[in-house]
Amino acid sequence: MRKTIFKGTALPLLLLAPQLVITAIFFLWPAGAAIWQSLLQEDPWGTRSEFVGLRNFAEVLAEPEWRGAAWNTLLFSTSVAVLAMGTALFLAVQADKSIRGANLYRTLLIWPYAVAPAVAAVLWLFLFHPSIGLVGRALNQAGLAWDYKLNGNQAMLLVIVAAAWKQVSYNFIFFLAGLQSIPRAVLEAAAIDGAKPVRRFWTIILPLLSPTAFFLLVVNLVYAFFDTFGVIHALTGGGPGKATETLIYKVYVEGVQNVNLGSSSAQSVILMVLVIALTAVQFRFIERKVHY
Amino acid sequence: MRRYWPHLWLLIGVLVFAAPIYITLIGSTHDASTIGRGDVPLLPGTHAAENYSAAWVSGGSGRFTVTPASRMLLNSTIMALSIAVGKIVISLLSAFAVVFFRFPGRMIAFWTIFMTLMLPVEVRIIPTYQVIVSMDLFNSMAGLTIPLIASATATLLFRQFFLTIPDEYVEAAKMDGAGPMRFFRDILLPLSVTNIAALFVILFIYGWNQYLWPLLVVNDRSLETIVVGLAKMIGTGDAQNEWNVIMAMAVLALLPPVAVVVFMQRWFLKGLTETEK
Repeated sequence: MRKTIFKGTALPLLLLAPQLVITAIFFLWPAGAAIWQSLLQEDPWGTRSEFVGLRNFAEVLAEPEWRGAAWNTLLFSTSVAVLAMGTALFLAVQADKSIRGANLYRTLLIWPYAVAPAVAAVLWLFLFHPSIGLVGRALNQAGLAWDYKLNGNQAMLLVIVAAAWKQVSYNFIFFLAGLQSIPRAVLEAAAIDGAKPVRRFWTIILPLLSPTAFFLLVVNLVYAFFDTFGVIHALTGGGPGKATETLIYKVYVEGVQNVNLGSSSAQSVILMVLVIALTAVQFRFIERKVHY
Repeated sequence: MRRYWPHLWLLIGVLVFAAPIYITLIGSTHDASTIGRGDVPLLPGTHAAENYSAAWVSGGSGRFTVTPASRMLLNSTIMALSIAVGKIVISLLSAFAVVFFRFPGRMIAFWTIFMTLMLPVEVRIIPTYQVIVSMDLFNSMAGLTIPLIASATATLLFRQFFLTIPDEYVEAAKMDGAGPMRFFRDILLPLSVTNIAALFVILFIYGWNQYLWPLLVVNDRSLETIVVGLAKMIGTGDAQNEWNVIMAMAVLALLPPVAVVVFMQRWFLKGLTETEK
């Protein structure tokens, strides 16, 4: 706690005003409106609305499409997190071994972070398009019927790969930093005691890396949930059928295309609860790391 | 031999990561029929100039013609800069108020800002859109940028940094008769330069890569940003698309943020590890 401070009440409130005004108008008010609208049901012409309590929630949760989207979200997010973290950890371990090259490899691997999710989707489309994509055509010539526009599983695979590709660089940076902070003496001691590299990895490196890994898991899940709308929108549009429709994508479809406010708001509120839970987990963890 | 395995794996990693970009770069130098046939060459062709000028001047000539890249790049640049600078300015001011003053409502203000972390655009799409429409900000650069300027992350970062500034600095400033704004300008800002630079890199990329928000609040073509414009060119991904021009457009869309990361790498790494999100 700071002891020496400036006096005054008007000035600090004035300094805070821009941030607070924007927060109130574009964050708190809409969030409140979403909660309020989630309790209402509009007639099809949007002229009258009626208070229906939690009925929108009950309807949303019972909807097979919503459950399908929830399952897609779970599958998509865990796959993106596992793929992006696994690849990054493997590459970071390799980079950590070559002391001189580590920084060079970092430079060569971090730039995908800057590519927008929607642009990442377009880049992968060029590779996996069934008729103009290099890999897509090769797969078809090899006798595998590859067309992500018709096959739901292939579409899911492609959005997972495109979304994970972008996130590896972030994970790589944190894993490499984590690995480089492990004291060499501990590893050398284990080596002298006869522990082989694989054993050293599982019994020393991984446990010491677990705080980083846990932090990254939360970040990756948040990324896969909320920042990948562009990947799905640009690549598959939620299709074929509803094979790649995630919860966020469904809120967008329901609200923007179908203009079903009650249902869309109820879905938004469910997602809000989810973000609050994820943020709480994240901050509890970061707080602990600060006091470490 | 064992010593070379890590390098081999890393080289494979680097190549796999670069492959999509490489193919796109190469594709952007060939004509439409070469790519349409599906024989994507692995070496550059001779049509780079016409593809890039088609993207730059007319935004393609196929069914999904979009705003020219020159205009979209300008829009993206204005949007990214406004968001990055706006977030930094209002976060500096709020962190300064919260750390260096005691006033009623201080904690409420702090928690209000913190709440924005839990309310990404994605979970309040429709009501935020309604606010934009009712404030007459639809189809405007202000509507595109102002709602994204509030930033809990940046405020928390500056708050954290301001807390490490020794009390003696404030005492010395007071003794010399400097008021709070003078202290802010002459002492706090110069001390924060590194943090500002690091944050700027992260926020510029964040702003440039916005997708859902521009999609919602802009349908005027003259305000189209390049990331959204590129996705619109794809349509449903038909083989008959003008893929060569689309590839040129993709290169133009990813070049600025990638250049920022590569050339400002030191700041980028600092920004990434300190904002943690």
